[in-house]
Amino acid sequence: MGLTLIEKILLRASGKKDLRDFVYPKVDFCFGNDITAPLAVKEFVKAGFDSVFDRKKIGFICDHFVPARDLKAANNAKLLRDFAAKYKIKNFFDINECGVEHVFLIEKGLIQPGSFNIGADSHTCTLGGIGSASFGVGSTDLAAAMEEGRCWLRVPETIKFVYKGKLSKWLGGKDLILYTIGKIGVEGAHYKVMEFSGPVIEKLGLDDRLSMTNMAIEAGGKTGVVEPDEGTLRYLKQIQGKNFRFKGSLKDLKSDKDAKYRKVIEIDVSKLEPQVSCPHLPSNAKPVSSLKGIALNQVVIGSCTNGRITDLRIAAKILKNKKVKKGLRAVVLPASPDIYKQAEKEGLIEIFMAANCIVSPATCGPCLGGHMGILDKGEVALATTNRNFIGRMGSPESFVYLSSAAVAAASAIKGKITHPNEIIK
Amino acid sequence: MIIKGKAHKFGDNINTDDIIAAKYLDSQDEKFLGSKCMENIDPDFPKRVNAGDIIVAGNNFGCGSSREHGPLAIRGCGISTVVAKSFARIFYRNAINIGLPIITLEETKDIDNGDIIEVDLSKGTVNNITKNKLYKTSIFPNFLQEIIQFGGLMNWIKTKKK
Repeated sequence: MGLTLIEKILLRASGKKDLRDFVYPKVDFCFGNDITAPLAVKEFVKAGFDSVFDRKKIGFICDHFVPARDLKAANNAKLLRDFAAKYKIKNFFDINECGVEHVFLIEKGLIQPGSFNIGADSHTCTLGGIGSASFGVGSTDLAAAMEEGRCWLRVPETIKFVYKGKLSKWLGGKDLILYTIGKIGVEGAHYKVMEFSGPVIEKLGLDDRLSMTNMAIEAGGKTGVVEPDEGTLRYLKQIQGKNFRFKGSLKDLKSDKDAKYRKVIEIDVSKLEPQVSCPHLPSNAKPVSSLKGIALNQVVIGSCTNGRITDLRIAAKILKNKKVKKGLRAVVLPASPDIYKQAEKEGLIEIFMAANCIVSPATCGPCLGGHMGILDKGEVALATTNRNFIGRMGSPESFVYLSSAAVAAASAIKGKITHPNEIIK
Repeated sequence: MIIKGKAHKFGDNINTDDIIAAKYLDSQDEKFLGSKCMENIDPDFPKRVNAGDIIVAGNNFGCGSSREHGPLAIRGCGISTVVAKSFARIFYRNAINIGLPIITLEETKDIDNGDIIEVDLSKGTVNNITKNKLYKTSIFPNFLQEIIQFGGLMNWIKTKKK
């Protein structure tokens, strides 16, 4: 019986001959952020641990409530800074040098295709987009991994999604994943790995693949993964520069032809329209044309889902020589300093500023109602983020719609949910 | 271990932003988090909870974020255990890791708000005392039972090291 890519990685990391029930694999990298890692540090100290398993394989990324929004946030970042200094943890990053963790860790070369990683953040599944086995866990898991170098896991089954057909203009990874979650529901991949494959995925750029794996958790998935290919390596070389150090072989990082899947789901994308998920679940996905005219107070373009250079390029293309609708606030958050610099170099930041957008430093900020764009009672936002739960971006009486950067940019101009075709034919 | 308390009923897909809103995640104080538990969907919830009460919910309880502040908030407001039709995976592992008892029960829809419930974790039974109905549930796999018996992941590791 053949194996899936995730099974191969877990087999190697757990040093076993076969996989059953539970494994206790060695992590290649483990990390947390400024809201999950402080809790991990406190658990670590409370347990009386006094050493870390490998000071190079632990990462603290300050990205959620930073630049410190208040005293408590400053205190949490300081707690991590001090702990990192005490244990000589190399990969501590303040917001000025990192950006949103799941974007930054790949740029920095800390996550490799074929590696096994855990992150105390549910969107750790994003990292599967380059062919790693990366799982979101809790703070106690991180505390344990910092000491043990291991993390317990139930061996997951995999659902294979095969995308066929031709994607229309303006469609990308975000539309595919919103459509998929709409089709299977928020529990549709409960505890399962979502493996994204097929001719559409092979042609899809890496930024788009990463926005798909990012939202595997929104279908209850254990993680998302795409087999790495030549395109993956080209992408990594480009964004990692001197940090590029992948030495493995791509042919070892494929699912076997006779691998066992729980289910195979084929999706024809040819007739797909840009998708928008309505409040208050990511699975409430609808074609953009069916939501035309819904008035917006705020548009957010950014996050670990869609704050990458591809997203900014599309948004800038639509916003060029246009203004956002008077009375609407459009916040653009390039997801890392590298992306910010690249956007500046390409003139995208200038386009956003000329269109009256607010360009924010890289932070998770508004995505989880942290800061940098909180919604008041009754307000409506369209965001390129990943969750639209009740109160996610502020008031429990506010509303969040989810979409791609293309739909978000077009909607910012009109002040209501808009198909990008209405701006650029 | 036997737990007895009043049921507080919730529906399907109760997510981690419902359980504890993200704005409070800068706290690691269980009692404080408990005072904000379910604020987005039921602001008076912590006031109605008596120590030892039980949350009874539908499918996919705890979906969304990895925040361990979720199970901490639940415990912090006095809830002793969560009985749900199914749990989202990170919430499930967080609860086990911090030693918050949880149990999966297919028939949670038959339990009403305010019913007095008795959960026997070692036998895997849920007894609805109000309705005089006993349910047998599946018990945890051996590996997880071991972590649960030690009261959570950190104790399990410390014991293994000795």
